[in-house]
Amino acid sequence: MGHGEMTVEEVKQHVKKYYVVFGALLCLTVVTVGISYLHLPIFQAVVLAMAVASMKGGLVAAYFMHLIDEKKIIYSMLILTVVLFAFCMLIPIFVLHGYK
Amino acid sequence: MSALIPYIDEPHPVTGVTNAKLGLWLFLASEVMLFGALFSTLIILRSSATDWPAHGSDVLNVPLATLNTVFLITSSVTIVLSWAALKMKNLKKFKLNMGITILLSFGFLVIKYMEYSSKFHHEHFPSTSTFYAIYFTMTGLHGLHVIGGIITNLYLLGPGSKMWEKEPERFTGRVECAGLYWHFVDLVWIFLFPALYLL
Repeated sequence: MGHGEMTVEEVKQHVKKYYVVFGALLCLTVVTVGISYLHLPIFQAVVLAMAVASMKGGLVAAYFMHLIDEKKIIYSMLILTVVLFAFCMLIPIFVLHGYK
Repeated sequence: MSALIPYIDEPHPVTGVTNAKLGLWLFLASEVMLFGALFSTLIILRSSATDWPAHGSDVLNVPLATLNTVFLITSSVTIVLSWAALKMKNLKKFKLNMGITILLSFGFLVIKYMEYSSKFHHEHFPSTSTFYAIYFTMTGLHGLHVIGGIITNLYLLGPGSKMWEKEPERFTGRVECAGLYWHFVDLVWIFLFPALYLL
Protein backbone atom coordinates (compact mmCIF):
# COMPACT_ATOMS: atom_id res chain seq x y z
CA MET A 1 0.00 0.00 0.00
CA GLY A 2 1.32 3.37 -0.86
CA HIS A 3 -0.04 4.69 2.44
CA GLY A 4 2.25 4.06 5.39
CA GLU A 5 0.50 6.19 8.00
CA MET A 6 -3.29 6.01 7.83
CA THR A 7 -5.93 7.29 10.21
CA VAL A 8 -8.58 4.90 11.56
CA GLU A 9 -11.19 6.73 9.44
CA GLU A 10 -9.13 6.19 6.29
CA VAL A 11 -8.79 2.49 7.07
CA LYS A 12 -12.56 2.25 7.60
CA GLN A 13 -13.11 3.82 4.18
CA HIS A 14 -10.85 1.17 2.68
CA VAL A 15 -12.77 -1.59 4.47
CA LYS A 16 -16.03 -0.36 2.92
CA LYS A 17 -14.42 -0.62 -0.53
CA TYR A 18 -13.26 -4.18 0.21
CA TYR A 19 -16.85 -5.29 0.81
CA VAL A 20 -18.06 -3.62 -2.41
CA VAL A 21 -15.28 -5.31 -4.40
CA PHE A 22 -16.11 -8.63 -2.71
CA GLY A 23 -19.72 -8.33 -3.91
CA ALA A 24 -18.55 -7.45 -7.42
CA LEU A 25 -16.20 -10.45 -7.51
CA LEU A 26 -18.98 -12.84 -6.47
CA CYS A 27 -21.30 -11.40 -9.15
CA LEU A 28 -18.58 -11.74 -11.80
CA THR A 29 -17.98 -15.36 -10.74
CA VAL A 30 -21.66 -16.07 -11.40
CA VAL A 31 -21.29 -14.36 -14.80
CA THR A 32 -18.19 -16.47 -15.60
CA VAL A 33 -20.00 -19.73 -14.87
CA GLY A 34 -23.17 -18.51 -16.62
CA ILE A 35 -21.25 -17.76 -19.83
CA SER A 36 -19.95 -21.33 -19.93
CA TYR A 37 -23.53 -22.66 -20.06
CA LEU A 38 -24.25 -20.62 -23.20
CA HIS A 39 -21.95 -22.99 -25.16
CA LEU A 40 -20.73 -20.19 -27.41
CA PRO A 41 -18.29 -20.83 -30.28
CA ILE A 42 -14.79 -21.26 -28.85
CA PHE A 43 -13.43 -17.87 -29.95
CA GLN A 44 -16.28 -15.88 -28.38
CA ALA A 45 -16.21 -18.09 -25.29
CA VAL A 46 -12.47 -17.51 -24.75
CA VAL A 47 -12.72 -13.75 -25.32
CA LEU A 48 -15.70 -13.37 -22.96
CA ALA A 49 -14.28 -15.65 -20.25
CA MET A 50 -10.91 -13.93 -20.29
CA ALA A 51 -12.53 -10.47 -20.34
CA VAL A 52 -14.51 -11.30 -17.18
CA ALA A 53 -11.45 -12.93 -15.57
CA SER A 54 -9.41 -9.80 -16.38
CA MET A 55 -12.07 -7.63 -14.73
CA LYS A 56 -11.94 -9.81 -11.62
CA GLY A 57 -8.14 -9.82 -11.64
CA GLY A 58 -8.12 -6.05 -12.09
CA LEU A 59 -10.37 -5.56 -9.06
CA VAL A 60 -8.19 -7.81 -6.88
CA ALA A 61 -4.99 -6.08 -8.01
CA ALA A 62 -6.37 -2.55 -7.78
CA TYR A 63 -8.17 -2.74 -4.44
CA PHE A 64 -6.94 -5.74 -2.45
CA MET A 65 -3.31 -5.35 -3.58
CA HIS A 66 -3.74 -1.55 -3.50
CA LEU A 67 -2.22 -1.01 -6.95
CA ILE A 68 -4.67 1.84 -7.44
CA ASP A 69 -2.55 3.85 -4.98
CA GLU A 70 1.02 2.56 -5.17
CA LYS A 71 4.52 3.98 -5.51
CA LYS A 72 6.16 4.60 -8.89
CA ILE A 73 8.85 1.98 -8.33
CA ILE A 74 6.20 -0.77 -8.11
CA TYR A 75 4.45 0.48 -11.28
CA SER A 76 7.75 0.61 -13.20
CA MET A 77 8.55 -2.95 -12.22
CA LEU A 78 5.07 -4.17 -13.12
CA ILE A 79 5.13 -2.49 -16.53
CA LEU A 80 8.23 -4.51 -17.39
CA THR A 81 6.50 -7.65 -16.09
CA VAL A 82 3.40 -6.95 -18.19
CA VAL A 83 5.52 -6.48 -21.34
CA LEU A 84 7.36 -9.76 -20.75
CA PHE A 85 4.09 -11.53 -19.91
CA ALA A 86 2.52 -10.22 -23.14
CA PHE A 87 5.51 -11.57 -25.07
CA CYS A 88 5.01 -14.90 -23.33
CA MET A 89 1.38 -14.93 -24.49
CA LEU A 90 2.50 -14.14 -28.06
CA ILE A 91 4.72 -17.22 -28.22
CA PRO A 92 1.76 -19.53 -29.00
CA ILE A 93 0.87 -17.35 -32.01
CA PHE A 94 4.44 -17.61 -33.34
CA VAL A 95 4.55 -21.35 -32.69
CA LEU A 96 1.13 -22.15 -34.13
CA HIS A 97 1.69 -19.88 -37.14
CA GLY A 98 4.91 -21.76 -37.79
CA TYR A 99 3.04 -25.04 -37.95
CA LYS A 100 0.82 -23.84 -40.84
CA MET B 1 14.35 0.22 11.73
CA SER B 2 16.12 -3.10 12.18
CA ALA B 3 19.87 -3.05 12.83
CA LEU B 4 20.39 -6.03 10.52
CA ILE B 5 18.49 -5.30 7.32
CA PRO B 6 17.71 -1.64 6.63
CA TYR B 7 14.29 -0.31 5.67
CA ILE B 8 12.19 -3.38 6.40
CA ASP B 9 9.74 -1.50 8.60
CA GLU B 10 9.99 2.03 7.20
CA PRO B 11 10.00 3.18 3.56
CA HIS B 12 13.34 3.50 1.79
CA PRO B 13 13.94 7.20 0.99
CA VAL B 14 14.66 6.43 -2.67
CA THR B 15 11.90 3.90 -3.52
CA GLY B 16 9.24 5.09 -1.08
CA VAL B 17 8.43 1.51 -0.07
CA THR B 18 9.99 -0.89 2.41
CA ASN B 19 12.66 -3.25 1.11
CA ALA B 20 10.48 -6.14 2.26
CA LYS B 21 7.61 -5.01 0.06
CA LEU B 22 9.85 -4.27 -2.92
CA GLY B 23 11.36 -7.75 -2.58
CA LEU B 24 7.92 -9.31 -2.39
CA TRP B 25 6.79 -7.52 -5.57
CA LEU B 26 9.95 -8.70 -7.37
CA PHE B 27 9.12 -12.24 -6.28
CA LEU B 28 5.54 -11.85 -7.55
CA ALA B 29 6.89 -10.57 -10.89
CA SER B 30 8.90 -13.79 -11.24
CA GLU B 31 5.77 -15.76 -10.33
CA VAL B 32 3.82 -13.99 -13.09
CA MET B 33 6.41 -15.26 -15.57
CA LEU B 34 6.28 -18.80 -14.13
CA PHE B 35 2.52 -19.07 -14.52
CA GLY B 36 2.68 -17.07 -17.77
CA ALA B 37 4.89 -19.77 -19.27
CA LEU B 38 2.37 -22.42 -18.21
CA PHE B 39 -0.61 -20.49 -19.63
CA SER B 40 1.35 -20.09 -22.87
CA THR B 41 1.95 -23.84 -22.86
CA LEU B 42 -1.75 -24.48 -22.24
CA ILE B 43 -2.69 -22.41 -25.31
CA ILE B 44 -0.17 -24.25 -27.51
CA LEU B 45 -1.23 -27.69 -26.28
CA ARG B 46 -4.93 -26.95 -26.59
CA SER B 47 -4.58 -25.52 -30.09
CA SER B 48 -2.52 -28.41 -31.41
CA ALA B 49 -3.85 -31.40 -29.43
CA THR B 50 -5.93 -33.90 -31.36
CA ASP B 51 -7.65 -35.22 -28.24
CA TRP B 52 -9.10 -32.48 -25.99
CA PRO B 53 -12.46 -32.29 -24.16
CA ALA B 54 -15.01 -30.08 -25.96
CA HIS B 55 -15.58 -28.28 -22.64
CA GLY B 56 -13.64 -28.57 -19.40
CA SER B 57 -16.98 -29.12 -17.67
CA ASP B 58 -17.35 -32.43 -19.58
CA VAL B 59 -14.53 -33.96 -17.52
CA LEU B 60 -14.11 -31.65 -14.49
CA ASN B 61 -16.41 -30.79 -11.59
CA VAL B 62 -17.54 -27.18 -12.16
CA PRO B 63 -19.74 -26.79 -9.02
CA LEU B 64 -16.82 -27.84 -6.77
CA ALA B 65 -14.40 -25.54 -8.61
CA THR B 66 -16.93 -22.67 -8.34
CA LEU B 67 -17.10 -23.27 -4.59
CA ASN B 68 -13.30 -23.16 -4.49
CA THR B 69 -13.38 -19.85 -6.36
CA VAL B 70 -15.75 -18.46 -3.72
CA PHE B 71 -13.44 -19.78 -0.97
CA LEU B 72 -10.40 -18.05 -2.47
CA ILE B 73 -12.19 -14.77 -3.16
CA THR B 74 -13.56 -14.71 0.40
CA SER B 75 -10.13 -15.51 1.84
CA SER B 76 -8.69 -12.61 -0.17
CA VAL B 77 -11.17 -10.30 1.57
CA THR B 78 -10.50 -11.71 5.04
CA ILE B 79 -6.71 -11.42 4.69
CA VAL B 80 -6.94 -7.77 3.63
CA LEU B 81 -9.35 -7.22 6.55
CA SER B 82 -6.74 -8.74 8.88
CA TRP B 83 -4.22 -6.16 7.65
CA ALA B 84 -6.82 -3.38 8.10
CA ALA B 85 -7.43 -4.61 11.67
CA LEU B 86 -3.73 -4.18 12.47
CA LYS B 87 -3.83 -0.68 10.99
CA MET B 88 -6.64 -0.01 13.49
CA LYS B 89 -4.48 -1.52 16.29
CA ASN B 90 -6.93 -4.40 16.78
CA LEU B 91 -4.98 -7.64 17.20
CA LYS B 92 -8.08 -9.64 18.16
CA LYS B 93 -9.81 -8.78 14.87
CA PHE B 94 -6.59 -9.55 13.00
CA LYS B 95 -6.54 -13.03 14.52
CA LEU B 96 -10.21 -13.63 13.70
CA ASN B 97 -9.79 -12.64 10.04
CA MET B 98 -6.49 -14.47 9.62
CA GLY B 99 -8.07 -17.56 11.22
CA ILE B 100 -10.96 -17.44 8.72
CA THR B 101 -8.46 -17.01 5.87
CA ILE B 102 -6.61 -20.17 6.95
CA LEU B 103 -9.86 -22.14 7.36
CA LEU B 104 -10.96 -21.14 3.85
CA SER B 105 -7.53 -22.12 2.50
CA PHE B 106 -7.88 -25.57 4.06
CA GLY B 107 -11.39 -25.75 2.58
CA PHE B 108 -9.85 -25.10 -0.84
CA LEU B 109 -7.34 -27.91 -0.35
CA VAL B 110 -10.01 -30.37 0.87
CA ILE B 111 -12.05 -29.74 -2.29
CA LYS B 112 -8.93 -30.09 -4.43
CA TYR B 113 -8.22 -33.40 -2.67
CA MET B 114 -11.76 -34.58 -3.47
CA GLU B 115 -11.32 -33.61 -7.12
CA TYR B 116 -7.95 -35.34 -7.41
CA SER B 117 -9.25 -38.45 -5.59
CA SER B 118 -12.15 -38.70 -8.01
CA LYS B 119 -9.81 -38.38 -10.97
CA PHE B 120 -7.41 -41.05 -9.65
CA HIS B 121 -10.37 -43.31 -8.81
CA HIS B 122 -11.43 -43.15 -12.45
CA GLU B 123 -7.81 -43.77 -13.45
CA HIS B 124 -7.22 -40.31 -14.84
CA PHE B 125 -3.56 -39.47 -14.30
CA PRO B 126 -1.22 -36.84 -15.78
CA SER B 127 -0.05 -39.52 -18.22
CA THR B 128 -3.64 -40.23 -19.38
CA SER B 129 -3.89 -37.37 -21.87
CA THR B 130 -2.44 -33.98 -22.77
CA PHE B 131 -5.41 -32.32 -21.09
CA TYR B 132 -4.85 -34.12 -17.79
CA ALA B 133 -1.08 -33.49 -18.00
CA ILE B 134 -1.56 -29.71 -18.10
CA TYR B 135 -4.53 -29.85 -15.68
CA PHE B 136 -2.53 -31.63 -12.98
CA THR B 137 0.59 -29.51 -13.62
CA MET B 138 -1.19 -26.17 -13.32
CA THR B 139 -3.59 -26.99 -10.50
CA GLY B 140 -0.82 -28.90 -8.68
CA LEU B 141 1.57 -25.96 -8.85
CA HIS B 142 -1.21 -23.63 -7.74
CA GLY B 143 -2.02 -26.03 -4.88
CA LEU B 144 1.63 -25.91 -3.75
CA HIS B 145 1.35 -22.11 -3.64
CA VAL B 146 -1.79 -22.44 -1.49
CA ILE B 147 0.14 -24.71 0.93
CA GLY B 148 2.99 -22.16 1.05
CA GLY B 149 0.48 -19.42 1.88
CA ILE B 150 -1.13 -21.53 4.63
CA ILE B 151 2.26 -22.16 6.27
CA THR B 152 3.08 -18.42 6.21
CA ASN B 153 -0.34 -17.41 7.49
CA LEU B 154 -0.28 -20.03 10.26
CA TYR B 155 3.07 -18.64 11.40
CA LEU B 156 1.72 -15.08 11.41
CA LEU B 157 -1.37 -16.16 13.36
CA GLY B 158 0.65 -18.18 15.87
CA PRO B 159 4.26 -17.59 16.97
CA GLY B 160 4.84 -14.76 14.47
CA SER B 161 2.19 -12.57 16.12
CA LYS B 162 4.40 -12.09 19.18
CA MET B 163 6.22 -9.45 17.13
CA TRP B 164 3.12 -7.23 17.45
CA GLU B 165 3.99 -6.41 21.06
CA LYS B 166 7.47 -5.00 20.38
CA GLU B 167 7.49 -4.12 16.66
CA PRO B 168 3.89 -3.49 15.50
CA GLU B 169 4.91 -1.68 12.29
CA ARG B 170 7.19 -4.49 11.22
CA PHE B 171 4.53 -7.09 11.97
CA THR B 172 1.93 -5.12 9.99
CA GLY B 173 4.40 -5.03 7.09
CA ARG B 174 4.78 -8.81 7.26
CA VAL B 175 1.02 -9.30 7.17
CA GLU B 176 0.82 -6.90 4.22
CA CYS B 177 3.42 -8.95 2.31
CA ALA B 178 1.67 -12.23 3.17
CA GLY B 179 -1.55 -10.63 1.94
CA LEU B 180 0.00 -9.57 -1.36
CA TYR B 181 1.21 -13.12 -1.92
CA TRP B 182 -2.22 -14.54 -1.07
CA HIS B 183 -3.97 -12.15 -3.47
CA PHE B 184 -1.61 -13.35 -6.19
CA VAL B 185 -2.60 -16.96 -5.45
CA ASP B 186 -6.24 -15.84 -5.79
CA LEU B 187 -5.44 -14.01 -9.05
CA VAL B 188 -3.90 -17.12 -10.62
CA TRP B 189 -7.00 -19.15 -9.73
CA ILE B 190 -9.27 -16.47 -11.23
CA PHE B 191 -7.65 -17.22 -14.62
CA LEU B 192 -7.12 -20.95 -14.10
CA PHE B 193 -10.78 -21.57 -13.31
CA PRO B 194 -12.26 -20.50 -16.67
CA ALA B 195 -9.21 -21.68 -18.67
CA LEU B 196 -9.38 -25.27 -17.42
CA TYR B 197 -12.93 -25.83 -16.16
CA LEU B 198 -15.15 -23.70 -18.36
CA LEU B 199 -13.60 -23.48 -21.84
